[in-house]
Amino acid sequence: MARNKRAIPEINAGSMADIAFLLLIFYLVTTTMDTDKGINRKLPPFDEELVEDPPPIKQRNIFTVLVNSNDQLLVEDEYLQISELRAKAMEFVDNNGDGSCEHCKGYKISTSSDNPEKAVVSLQNDRGTSYGMYVKVQNELVAAYEDLRERYAQEKYGRSYRSMGEEEDKEVLKEIKLAYPQKISEAEPLNIGG
Amino acid sequence: MAVIKKKKDKSLPAVNTSALPDIVFMLLFFFMVATVMREVDLKVTVNKPLATEIQKLERKSLVTYIYAGAPRQNYQDKFGRSPRVQLNDSFASLDDIQPFVIQEREEKSEEDAAMMTMSIKADKEVKMGLITDIKLQLRKAQALKINYSSNPAKNVEALYSLDN
Repeated sequence: MARNKRAIPEINAGSMADIAFLLLIFYLVTTTMDTDKGINRKLPPFDEELVEDPPPIKQRNIFTVLVNSNDQLLVEDEYLQISELRAKAMEFVDNNGDGSCEHCKGYKISTSSDNPEKAVVSLQNDRGTSYGMYVKVQNELVAAYEDLRERYAQEKYGRSYRSMGEEEDKEVLKEIKLAYPQKISEAEPLNIGG
Repeated sequence: MAVIKKKKDKSLPAVNTSALPDIVFMLLFFFMVATVMREVDLKVTVNKPLATEIQKLERKSLVTYIYAGAPRQNYQDKFGRSPRVQLNDSFASLDDIQPFVIQEREEKSEEDAAMMTMSIKADKEVKMGLITDIKLQLRKAQALKINYSSNPAKNVEALYSLDN
C-alpha cells in the first residue's frame, strides 16, 4: 500500500525545447513571408476578328500616353516626366468641358475632355519599354483616378475612399466609382526600338 | 547545520530553463500563422517593380502565378541570360501558358474558376515585348483578371527616382 501512494516522478521536459526548435527551424526554412500585392487590371477578351468600326471617340476625349523604348513619356504630344503624369491625367479627367459634371472642378478647357464619363485614357508602349516603367505609368494613371475619387468621397461623404470596406460600403463605393469611371485603354504595343 | 548550508551555497544553482519551450513554441506559432508555404523554386530573378496603388490578393487559392525574368546564375549556362517565362517549377515557352491556365482552372471548383486571378511576377528590367506576349496568351486562354505583382513604395519620391 505504501508503494502505491508514492508520487509519480515528474516527466522530464528538458527536450521539449529541442523539439520545438526543430519545428521552428522547419517552418523558417519552408515558408516565406512575402504577401502578394500588386496592381489589379482586367484584360480585354480576345477576339479573332477585329471590330470593324470601333465606336468613334472625339479626339478631345482621348488622353494619349506614349512610352518609348527608352522609357520616355509623351503625353498629349508633350514630353513629360513620370512625376507630372498624375496631375496631368487628373486635370484631363476632371476637365468637365461640357459642364454636365457637377462634382468636377476642372478648367473647362475646350480642347480637353467633355466629362469623366467620356474621358478615355489611351496607353501605348513600345515592345522595348521596361516592365518597371510600364507598371509606374499604370500606377500613376490608376492613382489619378483614385485621387479624384478620394476628393469626391471627402466632399460628399466626409470619409476617406481608401479606407472604405468592400462589404459594408458597397453602395457608396459603387456610387463613387460611377462618378469617376476608370477608363484606361491599352493599344497594341509598337515595335520601333525593340 | 551551519557547516552544511555553507557548502551548498558555494555552487551556483542551475538556470531555470523550464520556460524555454514556451518561448520557442510562441515563436513557432507566430511563424506558422504569419507565413505561407513556399510554392515554387524560383529559377528566374524577380526584382519586382515599385508601386503605390496596390491591392492585396486576398485568397491564395484563387491566384496562379506566372514568373518572368532573366534565368538565375546557375541556370545561365543552359538557358542563357535573356528573360524567360517560368510556370510552376520549370522554364516554359509562351505556348505552354494556355494549357497551363486551362489545367489550373480545371483544378478549381466552378465558382472559383471564374474568380481566378493571374499574378504576373516579372522583373522590372524585362522588356514589355515579353509581357505583351504573355498577356496575349492569357487573353486567348480567357484568363482576364490579372495582377501586376509589385512591391509597395514607401513614398512617391522613391517611385519617381530614376534608378528604379
